[in-house]
Amino acid sequence: MSATDKPLLSVRDLKKHFPIKGGILGRTQGMVQAVDGVSFDVAPGETLGIVGESGCGKSTTAKLLIGLTDRDEGDIVLNDRTLGRDMTLRALRRDIQMVFQDSYASLNPRMTILDSVAFGARVQGLDDPLGRARRLMDRVGLAADRFAHRYPHELSGGQRQRVNIARALAMSPKVVVLDEAVSALDKSVEAQVLNLLADLRAEFGLTYIFISHDLNVVRYISDRILVMYLGEVVEIAPVDQIWADQAHPYTRSLFSAMPSMDPDNRTEKPPLAGDPPNPIDPPSGCRFHTRCPLAGPVCKTRHPVLGPRAQGSTHWVACHLHDAHSGHPEAGKVVPA
Amino acid sequence: MAQTETAIAATAHRGYWSAVLSRLRRDKVAMTCLVILGLLVGSAVFAPWLGLADPYQGSMIARLKPPGAPGYPLGTDEQGRDMLARLIYGGRLTLFIGLMPVVMAFFIGGALGVVAGYVGGITNTIIMRVVDVFFAFPSVLLAIAISGALGAGIVNSLVSLTIVFIPPVTRVAEAVTSGVRQLDYIDAARASGASALTVIRVHVIGNVLSPVFVYATSLTSVCMILAAGLSFLGIGVRPPEPEWGLMLNTLRSAIYVNPWLAALPGVMIFATSLCLNLLSDGLRSAMNVRD
Amino acid sequence: MTNTLLQIENLDVRFKGARNVHAINDLSLELKQGETLALLGESGSGKSVTLKTLLRLLPEKRTDLGGRIRFDGTDIMTLSGRALRSYRGGDVSMVFQDPGLALDPVYTIGQQIAETVMRHKGISRADAMEVALDMLHRVRIPSAERRMKNYPHELSGGMRQRVMIALALACRPRLLLADEPTTALDATVQIQILLLMRELQREFGMGVIFVTHDIGVAVEISERIAVMYAGQIIEEGTTHEVIRNPQHPYTQGLLAANLHDVARGTRLDAIPGSPPALETRPDACPFAPRCPLVMDACRQALPPTQRPGPRRRVACLRAGEPIPA
Repeated sequence: MSATDKPLLSVRDLKKHFPIKGGILGRTQGMVQAVDGVSFDVAPGETLGIVGESGCGKSTTAKLLIGLTDRDEGDIVLNDRTLGRDMTLRALRRDIQMVFQDSYASLNPRMTILDSVAFGARVQGLDDPLGRARRLMDRVGLAADRFAHRYPHELSGGQRQRVNIARALAMSPKVVVLDEAVSALDKSVEAQVLNLLADLRAEFGLTYIFISHDLNVVRYISDRILVMYLGEVVEIAPVDQIWADQAHPYTRSLFSAMPSMDPDNRTEKPPLAGDPPNPIDPPSGCRFHTRCPLAGPVCKTRHPVLGPRAQGSTHWVACHLHDAHSGHPEAGKVVPA
Repeated sequence: MAQTETAIAATAHRGYWSAVLSRLRRDKVAMTCLVILGLLVGSAVFAPWLGLADPYQGSMIARLKPPGAPGYPLGTDEQGRDMLARLIYGGRLTLFIGLMPVVMAFFIGGALGVVAGYVGGITNTIIMRVVDVFFAFPSVLLAIAISGALGAGIVNSLVSLTIVFIPPVTRVAEAVTSGVRQLDYIDAARASGASALTVIRVHVIGNVLSPVFVYATSLTSVCMILAAGLSFLGIGVRPPEPEWGLMLNTLRSAIYVNPWLAALPGVMIFATSLCLNLLSDGLRSAMNVRD
Repeated sequence: MTNTLLQIENLDVRFKGARNVHAINDLSLELKQGETLALLGESGSGKSVTLKTLLRLLPEKRTDLGGRIRFDGTDIMTLSGRALRSYRGGDVSMVFQDPGLALDPVYTIGQQIAETVMRHKGISRADAMEVALDMLHRVRIPSAERRMKNYPHELSGGMRQRVMIALALACRPRLLLADEPTTALDATVQIQILLLMRELQREFGMGVIFVTHDIGVAVEISERIAVMYAGQIIEEGTTHEVIRNPQHPYTQGLLAANLHDVARGTRLDAIPGSPPALETRPDACPFAPRCPLVMDACRQALPPTQRPGPRRRVACLRAGEPIPA
């Protein structure tokens, strides 16, 4: 996103901590820092990919964006209007819609496909909800004449996910959050749905927030990639830049953990040891320092701040290695790949 | 994207309930039970027009006639009253007392459970803890206690039985609702800007209804037996009113004289409960959307 | 390395019920000792059913089985009682997709491994605990002594899968079956488990059949790949052959759909449609309705198996032809 573009959606310092209840009295015993100070901008028509491992807070971020989970702190600004100040949740939900991972669980099993697609438009009082729903079904490749009165269990996974996409589009949203929307599909069907998503983006001028654990898919669909680790943003950059040069050691590990696809040159050494730590009591300082191959003393104590790699760069990273004044012994040097 | 995925065999388009009905119609056991229940209810409702003997008119000379005696197709009871007439007239009260409390509990308990399950948090805690208090007592004891406190009479036994059945229905409705609440389609509906009431009405109730309904059907037989128990203890229906539980009780002494006669009210209770249970089983499978 | 460990000949599996499903149709497969084979396929292709058949885990009343399976010369379709129990868990063992479900939550992991060893090897509890500890070391679980006393829920997902592997290997099986063991894991953990399994395979020398839907995983783990579609193996060869020179249009489509080096914004060559429902036994090429190279002959009879090289096969009339863009 260039600096002159005004963002369509801005998220500032979003926080969500879930209490862990336990014991006989159900007292709060700890906090899961699911999302801890996440900020980003999305330009109109842009697709932002969010990647990270389980527990990194990417799905919670999605639910916060659309108000399915109440945020503890932070601002969500859409089109210069701030949620809770000069925008209601209902208004936000008309402009931001979501597609979930589980195509079956996200459809009411006792409702016909047509009614499911039309439901949102009905709720928002848009005119001719059924006609809208039929047109959208045709558009996502499910002939309304044949499929309108079917039930979700009569459809395949790929068809159901098309229904979910049509349902999300029924309110003519500006932003669609796709939370692992193609992850449960078979590879051959996944490609069909990705093509559809790309077509719809062009046709309706949509802005996507595309959450996935599959880097190849994220690269294919996104303009920029945001990497999360334990509730924080560690790196954000245009796809081509991050693909060529990952600044954060975690991002680099994530990329090298991808299967090589080269039978003559298989991966020989795992990039990281162990599992991601528990987000209940995240490590002090930089949250990645417990697994980081390049961690220095400063990483244990001081929390790195997300900032541009160089003056005016669109490649932002939160790592002491890239801050010449951080006190990390390797700081400012060219980081070995 | 011109090619849609290869279709599944085309199915006829119809609504959910008509699909349930057509599946139920193919279930021979459930249909037999439905016919028997229909006969029982029908005969009870239309009893005065069936040309039966007077169920209250006794005869000192025709006491405890066995079934098949001339003029008394099902014999007579200990006061010489016609058993057939008393069984059919008895169905009116028995079925009413057996069904009404469950119907009431279905609505009240179902509503409480759906609210508790959907809203969660403090509301859930309050509703469910109150329900738990009622659960602490055996249902028979609870029914007797409430009936005793309210005094004898049909209305009071209806009230006490309704109170007995609200907690289990609430429990089931709450459990089912909080399960449904977790599913993505509820989130999707909320995300479309629908109010909680709309989400409950459109997406929750339909999916909670069938398990709770099936459960409530199975309670009906328990309710009939409990009602009979109350009559037995003298805090439900009073003689000479014909009611199956009461009849079973008074004919108990005739069991050595004429065992078939004494068994008749029991057979009626048994047949009705069995039919209701089998029917609710049939409903359960008919309501299962995924074949 | 040349002895045949497992030989499956013309296997048929049909599930009976309200709807019949022809899950496996005339599947033949050979695994040599110490070989690692990936069974690659999408959901419903029959790859998991094949594994379950090998362990005879399918419900017998509702399943029709046909064909022969020989493990080291023994016909396993006729095993029963003691012989079947010693075959399962002794000669052949399995690693499941979800270790959270496959491990018993009420026993410590040490007890679970020791229990299996005692049952199959008939050694004392103390010796079995020794074996269990040794196994935990071998699957590189840090501070294994302490972990022996942990319950499954106290471990992270990656650690649990390591325990599952230790459990499967404790009795030194000659064949290890793995059913998508890394699918539920995070990327950085998945690669650790894959590399661990590769090392252990070298160390123990057992044969491995690794079921996966992910080509990338198959490439990392296996030396041979068999691609399944509609209950049949449609292509088989070394990993190098199948990845570098895919012959079946379905394999080619799968490789294209992997997005490994697809340029951003270009249209994907998606395979249209979805797999057949298998309510009837395929009597023509099951991929024909989705195939870009389909000819009339493909719709009339099952394609003959072409054998372009030793232990290389493709079930396609137009094997090796490029797909027009």
